[in-house]
Amino acid sequence: MRLLRIVPDDTKFDFMRFRRISFPVSALLSIAAIALYFFHGLNFGIDFVGGTLIEVQTKAGPADLAKMRSTIGGLKLGDFQLQEFGAANDVLIRISEQPGGDEAQQAAVAKVREALGEEVDYRRVEVVGPSVSTELLAYGTIGLVLAIGAILIYLWFRFEWQFALGAMIANVHDLVLTVGFMSLTHIDFDLTSIAALLTILGYSLNDTVVIYDRIREMLRRYKRMSMPDLLNVSINATLSRSIVTHLTVAISLLALLLFGGQAIHSFTATMMFGVVLVGTYTSVFIASPILIYLGVGSNRMEGAAEEPEPPAAAATPPQRARTRR
Amino acid sequence: MLFFTRWKVAAILLVAFVVCLCAVPNFFPERTVKRWPEWAQRHVVLGLDLQGGSHLLLQVDAGAVRKERLQSLNDDVLRLLRQARIQFTGRAVVGSGVQVRITRDTDVDNALAKLRELSTPLSGILGTSGQRSVDVAANGNLITLTPSDAALTERIRQAVDQSIQIIERRVNELGLVEPTIQREGIDRILVQVPGLQDPSRLKEILGKTAKLDFRMVDQSMPAEQAAQTRPPADSEILDGEGAVKYLIEKRVLVSGADLTDAQPGFDQRTSEPIVSFRFNSSGARKFAEATQANVGKPFAIVLDDKVISAPVIREPILGGSGQISGNFTVQSANDLAILLRAGALPAPLTIIEERTVGPGLGQDSITAGEHAAYAGAALVIVFMFATYGLFGLFANIAVAVNIAMIFGVLSLLSATLTLPGIAGIVLTVGIAVDSNVLIYERIREEVRAGRSAINAIDAGFSRALATILDSNITTFIAAAVLFYIGTGPVRGFAVTLGVGILTSLFTAFTLTRLIVAYWVRLWRPRTVPI
Repeated sequence: MRLLRIVPDDTKFDFMRFRRISFPVSALLSIAAIALYFFHGLNFGIDFVGGTLIEVQTKAGPADLAKMRSTIGGLKLGDFQLQEFGAANDVLIRISEQPGGDEAQQAAVAKVREALGEEVDYRRVEVVGPSVSTELLAYGTIGLVLAIGAILIYLWFRFEWQFALGAMIANVHDLVLTVGFMSLTHIDFDLTSIAALLTILGYSLNDTVVIYDRIREMLRRYKRMSMPDLLNVSINATLSRSIVTHLTVAISLLALLLFGGQAIHSFTATMMFGVVLVGTYTSVFIASPILIYLGVGSNRMEGAAEEPEPPAAAATPPQRARTRR
Repeated sequence: MLFFTRWKVAAILLVAFVVCLCAVPNFFPERTVKRWPEWAQRHVVLGLDLQGGSHLLLQVDAGAVRKERLQSLNDDVLRLLRQARIQFTGRAVVGSGVQVRITRDTDVDNALAKLRELSTPLSGILGTSGQRSVDVAANGNLITLTPSDAALTERIRQAVDQSIQIIERRVNELGLVEPTIQREGIDRILVQVPGLQDPSRLKEILGKTAKLDFRMVDQSMPAEQAAQTRPPADSEILDGEGAVKYLIEKRVLVSGADLTDAQPGFDQRTSEPIVSFRFNSSGARKFAEATQANVGKPFAIVLDDKVISAPVIREPILGGSGQISGNFTVQSANDLAILLRAGALPAPLTIIEERTVGPGLGQDSITAGEHAAYAGAALVIVFMFATYGLFGLFANIAVAVNIAMIFGVLSLLSATLTLPGIAGIVLTVGIAVDSNVLIYERIREEVRAGRSAINAIDAGFSRALATILDSNITTFIAAAVLFYIGTGPVRGFAVTLGVGILTSLFTAFTLTRLIVAYWVRLWRPRTVPI
């Protein structure tokens, strides 16, 4: 049987050449993402800003959004949004946080229930009061920082500090771009988004670590290969694995995206962007070349002749051949 | 790498088999599982987002607890100083403490000694913590008593414990199925009720303090006049039904704590809904004395600082039982009876978070999750087989065992499966596949470097496993942090992701290796078919 071979054997792409393009591009994109965050903002869900979210399904026929809007508008609950959610009879109602503390939020739900009456099924009601939302945001941020810190320390122990720093820069870059993506697409930013960001972090690191592992191995084995060459060889050697793995992850995510339902739609969309698009790019074009700038292998005898230890299949060193003549 | 001792093989297979076996109860209906021995019953619990239900997070009103603590401290000061016959003026709650001015300078030391009796050492985790419940300080003849923060925290903790018991009674009275009620942090209570679609009634029942008092109506002046001028020092103005206001004495004749029973019923004459109640013996005695002394005067039944009714005492009530009437509906009479039976909350509770999922959405989510899982698994299986052939098949076996083991471990933990949790499992499939991909790609490389088939397989495993360990530990750290900080659905995701990483490490390190080892032993391959 002929097996599917997505990446041919022994690729020799010169990935390092792109670092003069990838670094400025990534820097620009990161700045753009940060600018988006500050000027366009994130679509914070009720988890973080408080408020009420009600998902209703009309019992007879498609929902009359205009009528519903005027009904709820009549309740004078401040800012609210109506949005069709997945199906024509499914409506998501979002009401901004009511002034007057935690009890006022409950009163708002009661009013909406009364106004919409028995014409709809209440599929989901979420109310987050001001005291909880502040905490959730704080915990979410602390969580991200803690996770990055813990991973950094682990990498520092397992590798050298340059690797830990390189991985961190690369993965913070991933997170920044993903936040930019969420700002651009106006995806709800809620607790599950934090979960998505942490998973992206985990996956990106996973990928980066696989390549770093190989780089470390090559650094030990080839004492004199120039850094860019060594990085190229390492990336090329792990290329097939990277592609196959990301394809399987993409396949899993695609299944979630298509069949997983509305409730986790924004989660999977974010993951797709973060893991498949950004994570892969980052480990190859950012995480690896950055090691050169961080000074990994700067004390190597670059340009000198190669003297590989095993495997035995490698060619005889040319210099020695010359002396013998 | 490819050699396994016999007992090792047995151990690997046994672990995999037993863990997979733990997943079995999930495939049988609840009723069947209930008949099994207890140790075999553990199974995965569906989260409220999947089975539908209500999640309410309640917070004890710390301000009310503090206020009540200060009020009782104030009363204690009065009692102690009177007992010691020490004269004082200006006793009042000021800011976060109680102040009292001792009239005679010579009494100050004596007063300080007496008042220090109110301050008891607090017990910490290891015996006494060195902190005391009240700080007593004197400035000239002005003495200030301040409850310490530790004492207040302890008081709030107690209030939460009491509240949990009372909420349990109230919720059970409502006949809700399998509610969970637990403490969250210091001052919060999480109430989860599966299957509850409309929590309005539950919220109403939980939102009431249900502090019932029987007090006299102050007839020294009309309530309207008191509202305009100033009510007498020992009375206060309380709202009644509609716009009616009452002037009620602060002194409590009998409190709801003395009730032993309360039942909804109907008045025999007017057939209006009423609540009948019965006092315990001390309550009955106090009520009898009070009604004997006040025949012809009105008294008030006060619930949560609102007057329900204010009947006139026609004759002494000696039997220790009575009835409350006051514009009840059948439902509200029933609810009041429940509240009175369950007892009063030590402090008001506020609902600070609510998440309710209807059964329709829950079922939709389960279906969606299942479809996604099947579709994802099918696609991955086909892809792996197309890429690695026979070895792809091995990988698929490993992934299937991996998923079964995830459910086994989740069952052992009685973990809650949420929709993000299902997403976590789907992603774990990706991780489990990655382990195999890493191994196979490494074997390919070793083959290209000129090694023999068996040599290449051996080297491939030993080199790839180091990488797998490194990369999985980093992801596991992320999952652990997520579990630690996350709540509800996010925590569900962290659990499945973390468990999935552990099981995929297990299958990569043992099962896949074992399968390949047996294949090598049986076929003695010259080339590696990948």
